Formats: sequence, C-alpha cells, structure tokens
Amino acid sequence: MAVIEQEQLTSLIGEIEDYARGYGLDFFPVIFETLDYEAINMVASYGGFPTRYPHWRFGMQYEYMQKSYGYGLHKIYEMVINNNPCYAYLLNSNQIVDQKLVIGHVYAHCDFFKNNAYFKNTNRRMMDEMANHGNRIADYMSTYGRDVVEDFIDVCSSLENLIDPNALFEPDERRGEAAADEGAPARDVARLKSKSYMDPYINPPAYLELQRRVQDEARARKQFPARPAKDVLHFLIEYAPLANWQRDILCMIREEAYYFAPQAQTKIMNEGWASYWHEKIMTQKALNASELVDFADHHSSTLAVHAGHLNPYKLGYELFHDIERRWDTGRFGKEYDECDDIARKAAWRRDTGEGREKIFQVRAIYNDMTFVDEFLTEEFCREHKLFTYSLNERNGRYEIADRDFRAVKEKLLFQLTNLGHPYIDIVDGNFENRGELYLKHRFDGVELRADYAKATMEALYRVWTRPVHVQTRVGEATVVLTFDGSAHRERALATADAA
Amino acid sequence: MVQRIDRDLNRFRQVVRGIVKKELRKFMVTGELVGRQGRDYVSIPIRQIEIPTFRHETRRFGGVGQGDGEPGTPIGQAEGDGKGPAGDAPGEHMVEVEVALAELARIMAEELELPNIKPKSKDVIEAEHGKFTGIHKNGPESLRHFRRTFREALKRQIASGAYDFAHPVIVPIKDDKRYRARRTVHAPETNAVIFYLMDVSGSMGDEQKDVVRNESFWINTWLRHQYKGVATRFIVHDAEAREVDEYTFFHTRESGGTRISSAYQLAADLIDAECPPSEFNVYLFHFSDGDNWGGGDTQVCVKLLNERLLPSANLFCYGQVASPYGSGAFINDLAGAFKGTDNVVLAEINSREEIYESIKKFLGKGR
Repeated sequence: MAVIEQEQLTSLIGEIEDYARGYGLDFFPVIFETLDYEAINMVASYGGFPTRYPHWRFGMQYEYMQKSYGYGLHKIYEMVINNNPCYAYLLNSNQIVDQKLVIGHVYAHCDFFKNNAYFKNTNRRMMDEMANHGNRIADYMSTYGRDVVEDFIDVCSSLENLIDPNALFEPDERRGEAAADEGAPARDVARLKSKSYMDPYINPPAYLELQRRVQDEARARKQFPARPAKDVLHFLIEYAPLANWQRDILCMIREEAYYFAPQAQTKIMNEGWASYWHEKIMTQKALNASELVDFADHHSSTLAVHAGHLNPYKLGYELFHDIERRWDTGRFGKEYDECDDIARKAAWRRDTGEGREKIFQVRAIYNDMTFVDEFLTEEFCREHKLFTYSLNERNGRYEIADRDFRAVKEKLLFQLTNLGHPYIDIVDGNFENRGELYLKHRFDGVELRADYAKATMEALYRVWTRPVHVQTRVGEATVVLTFDGSAHRERALATADAA
Repeated sequence: MVQRIDRDLNRFRQVVRGIVKKELRKFMVTGELVGRQGRDYVSIPIRQIEIPTFRHETRRFGGVGQGDGEPGTPIGQAEGDGKGPAGDAPGEHMVEVEVALAELARIMAEELELPNIKPKSKDVIEAEHGKFTGIHKNGPESLRHFRRTFREALKRQIASGAYDFAHPVIVPIKDDKRYRARRTVHAPETNAVIFYLMDVSGSMGDEQKDVVRNESFWINTWLRHQYKGVATRFIVHDAEAREVDEYTFFHTRESGGTRISSAYQLAADLIDAECPPSEFNVYLFHFSDGDNWGGGDTQVCVKLLNERLLPSANLFCYGQVASPYGSGAFINDLAGAFKGTDNVVLAEINSREEIYESIKKFLGKGR
C-alpha cells in the first residue's frame, strides 16, 4: 500500500474538518503530523509529549509498545493532545480509509477537550509547559546528578495519584489551599435566636459553656491541616522539608497529574464521543463505496468486546446512541421513569427529537462517573449483556458473578470513583506532636494492596523524612500501618479510636 | 538526532540489569535460565516493574464485563486486560526481557567478581582485530562512507540554497566527507574448547545431572564471553568412557561401575588429536559423585592429570556432586595430590545452593 501523499492528506483533513464543523463540532485548530510506527510509539510512551522529561519508565513503555507492535498485537492509529492548538499524530502507514476515520475521530476528541467542563482548567499550553518541565529537570540532572534526580522522580511518581480530581474546578493556583488553611478566626459559639427572657432556656448557659470548651480544646489541639486534605501532594509541597529543586519537581509532577486527570475521568465518554462521530462522518459523508469493507472492519475492531472485557469505546459509543434515541423518542422524564408497563415502555414514542441537542449537552457537563450514573439504564444493561465478575478462589479464574443491574452499576461506579484510586487523606501533619504524618484511607469496601502500600509509604517517608502512618482496614480490623524509616509496623486500632 | 527515547530505553535496560544482577543467585540456584538462551540473547523472566502507588486490592474484587454467559461462566484467568476501566489489572505480571549473553556474562563477572581471563601467551593466536564502529570526519579515501558524505553534501546544498531541483547535482566538499572509523578490539583470545566430563554410573541421579547442567550453562556463558569461538565436547564415563553429544550427555544413565581414568585417558587423546593446546585454550570440567573404582585407578588418574592433561589445559575443575551412594573420597585424593597446583580447582556441590559458590570458585581463577 502506497504511503499517502502529503497533499492528498491535507485535502482529506480539510474535507473532514468541514464535515465535522457541519455537524456542529467545535474545536481548537488541529495540527496533524504523520509519524512512522517507531515515532508514534515514542510519542505515546511520553504520554503524547515528545519533549517530556527523561525517565526510565518512558523507555519501558516504549520497549513494551515496540514489542507488541512487532508481534502484531497492538497498533496506534492516532494520538491527540489536549492543547491549543491540538496536536494529532497519525500513523503514516494507515490506509486512506483509516486516515479518514482517524481524522474524524481526532476532531471529535478535540471538540470534547474544548467543550467538556472537566477540561476547563487544564493548561492549553501543555506542549510548552511539558517542554519547560523537560528542560528544568534536565538542568537539575546536570546539577545534582542524573541518578539522584531520577530517583526522586521515582518517589514523586509513586505519589502522583494523591491529588484531588474534584478540585479541577478550582483554578490551578488555588487547588488544595482550602483544606490546608489553618481555619477561620475564632468566633463565639452559635446561639439560637430567642427573646431575651427565653434565652436562658433556649440557649442554656451550661450548654454554651460546654460548647465553648469543646471549641477551645479543638483550637488548642491545633489540628494541622485544619480539615483532612485530599491533595496530599499540595500539602507536601507546602510543608515537607524539601530542597528547592525537589519541591519544583514535585510541583511539576503534580501539575502533570492534574493535567492528565480529566482524561482519565472521561475515558469512556471521550472515546465514545469520538467513535460516535467518526462513524457519523464516515457513513454519512466521507466514505467511498469501495472503502466500505475496510471501514467496517476497522470500526468493528475498535468497538469489539474481547473475552468479556468491557471496552470503553464500545460502552461510551452505545451510551451516546442510547441517549440520542431516548431523547429523540421522548423516553425520559417523570412519566417515562415511573411507567412500569414493560410493553408500553418498549413501544414508547413521542417525537421530541431532542437527541442530538441532548448528547451535545451531555458531552459538555458530564464525566464518566456522572455519565454512567445518569444514563446507564436497566434496559441498556440488559440489552448489552453487562455483568459483574469476580474471582473464584478455588481455581484462580474470573467468573461471571451477577447480571443484576444494581450490582453492575455499583461496581462500575466504584471503578470510576476517584479514578479508581483509593481515597487517602492527610489527617494530621503533626501526629502526636512529633511531626509525623498521619493519613487515613477512606475505606469503601476494598482493601489497599499491602505490598504497594508499603512501598508507597517508603516514598512518602523519603519526602516527609519523618515516620508515616496510614490508617486502613485489613479484613475486619482497622489498623494503622507505620513506616519509621527502617521498618514497617502494623497495629490494630480499637474501635473507639477508629472513628 | 539522538532520539530521547533511546536514552530512556537505555536507562530502562539498566534498571532491568540491576534486577537481574540482584536475582542472579536465584537464577543460578533454580536453573531457571537453562534452555532459554538463543544465539545471542537469553530471555529472562522478571516481575513486571511498576512504580508503586496506593491502589486497591482488586484481585478478589473483579470488575464489570460484557457478553454472553451464565453466572459461573469463566471469563479468564486472574490477569489484567489493559483496556477496561481503571483499577482493573490484578495479579502479578511476569515479563520476559531479553538480555544479551555478553551482558549476562558481564553481570556475572560483577556479581561473582570474576577476573578476566589472562591470555595464555600473545603469540598463540591473533588476539586483536579491527572493527568499524563509528564515523569520523577524517580518514583515508578508501574508507569514505558514500551515503553519509552524500547526505551531508545534500544537507549543506539545500541549506545554502545551492541545490537545484531541476539539476540535482551534488558536489561534496571536504567538510562533507565522512569516513568509517576503525577501532581495534582486543578479543581476549580466539578459541577455546570446553570438555565436560561426567560420571554416569548408577549412582548419579537426575538431581545430580541437573546440577551439572546448570553449572555448564553458566560456565558456557562466561567462557563464550571471553573467547570468540567456543567449542564444547562431552564425555561420559562409567567403567568405560565415550564421547557423546550434549543431549546424550545429560540423558544417559548407565549402571556400571566407575573408572575415572578412562575419561581422562579419552580426553587426553582427544586433546592431542584434535585440540592441540597451541591452538586452543583447553578447559576441563569433570563432575562426579566422587566414588572411584578401587585398585589403584585414582593413582592412574593423578598420573594422567600430571603428565597429559594439566600441561595442556588452562584449567581443570572437578566438581563433586553429593549423591546418596557416592563415597566422595575422590576429591580428597585430588586435593592431596594437587595441593598448590595453580590450574586445578576442586569444589563440592552438596546442594543447589552451592552452585553459586562453586561457579565462583571455578571461574574465579582468571585462567
């Protein structure tokens, strides 16, 4: 297959851009580059940023990608970078029909980046920012030694998921501040409004006195941070005894983590949206009759479900279609929801015709979690044969556990909550007045992986330089894991303390 | 442009190298790598390297899937998929990394503190050769690299605007010229032949042979690294000795008695006939359970060693593998006879754990 000429590709891009705009997609300018497979694997290893800082794990990514490409297991057709302008990398060996599909896919991603609320505060100059990070880290490496700096990056990467994805709506510089704040100035205890002669009865002096004492005690304890802080990285940047270059690196890692968080938060939607639109653009506009079979092959492999595993492209794509169909036929609202006649529901038809409008709205204000929560219906679950699976301890196999709608949704939502990471808060930065770090795992039914937790605590210790405690659950017991710089300990916590 | 990724890839390889180095003892003891070598590479199974983070124990938790099947239908082993939503990669992943045999030998050298082998004598065989390893700006015209020169000239002409697309004539000037650069490589020495001798009498069981196989893997790795061409010869003996191929060597089992001198005799004859020490570095590794026939055979062995084998061999190593039947007297006899002899190394290998030490002993001589 001949490589596509640049002029031909440029005209294809122009053509498809027009189609995309015609459908109402709205995106930043897109800069396309075609790369060979080695170059695209390289870019992908760096998370899309060819100028990123040097680190061995990118080399590892590259090695795995090169191998699996070599074995024919995996191929990257395209990559898009959330930036203004957007950068899109296309594989140069794509056939014309692949390029068309992929270009359409890219424009839909760019539309999503620009319009989805969760991307609002992402840095749209990340290409430059990443290059700056790369240069700064390279500088530190030449000043302090490559191994020292790389080692510290290892430590930071270990902690990079300890951010607060819900803080995305805060502007970058204010994220994490609220919780680290020392608390509002002292006020007298609250009183209920009352007539003066009734006051001793409505606000009994003894009770007020008690409240005052509680408040004073709390203030004397000087809770630090004032409220549990979820943005652990911010806390460490502010308060850990770090050298300036270390603090700078930790800042960079945190910034990159916040940059990538919305992409992880909207994987299903983003891919679903892009697949929805590449299909529309291809089947309604761009496809030649002679390309039909190749298109069908490529499209179906994108949406294929492998061996029972959930494919985010497929799930997102089907959900968007489902939403469009429902809002086109009036299958929404109180009346529909409360109808319990299956036959009537199945035959429901009102020409509301709001489908297209609705999916544009959905792509603007939802993320994967709210998307699934709102639009994954029982009918959808049944139609698409979703199930939960769990481990059969006896034979070490995963087996289908349940097809119940509630169970499926609950498990799926759990996986999407906090990007699937455990909730870990900093509760105390001066534990027992010894400058030790006390973190608390908000237990939600699944334990921490013990070996990883230990290794991560060692990384925390490297940053904090004082003993680190993590309160979590093991089996039925609430325990505190401690790493004091040389050894790991574990002690059970009495139930009263656990609260 | 030097690709940034090459640098990171090299860093990754170093990380892997560190892991292999750390686990070398384990690999030696379990013999995990035996049979995994290709021509130039060994494929080594290591645990997938991951940066630790706080994460859920999802192995038992499972996930959400899609497709046909009743509750109870298996959908796969405990393995991640990489495609599903986040937090869906339970279990421990092993990955295979390919390490060059030369690299493995270097790791061995560092970990076991093996000295490089000193050349026997300089004039034995040509020990150095040239290799074209790089590109220089200066050199003889006969080594001019046409393609690189052409490319430089083309670059310069395009950059300076002197390139005419209608008449693409490229004229290199002196600065454009590139030459192959030759570097002299000191190959330690050229040829070596390793004789493996093994007792296959009834008292040597599978466990003992496994130990020998494991030893031979590491010895080969090391000597292949030190010499350009390494041949291996295999001799088995009970009361009689014969030369066999590698497969037979590790799979024969005889039931007869043990006359070690027969093997020494055969090895000496083979060396004289086919591998004269003037052309080969000769290595002899003998493994037995140390149970020799009485009647003065041990004396014959000592005599053979003294008169014929030791003068022509770089190194003679005797590894005594513990077996439930062997008396294990032979190693003491040898120790008595060759106290202070430089090219004789004796080691007892009583369990798998001692493989590591014995290899260190065998190869630690630097001969």
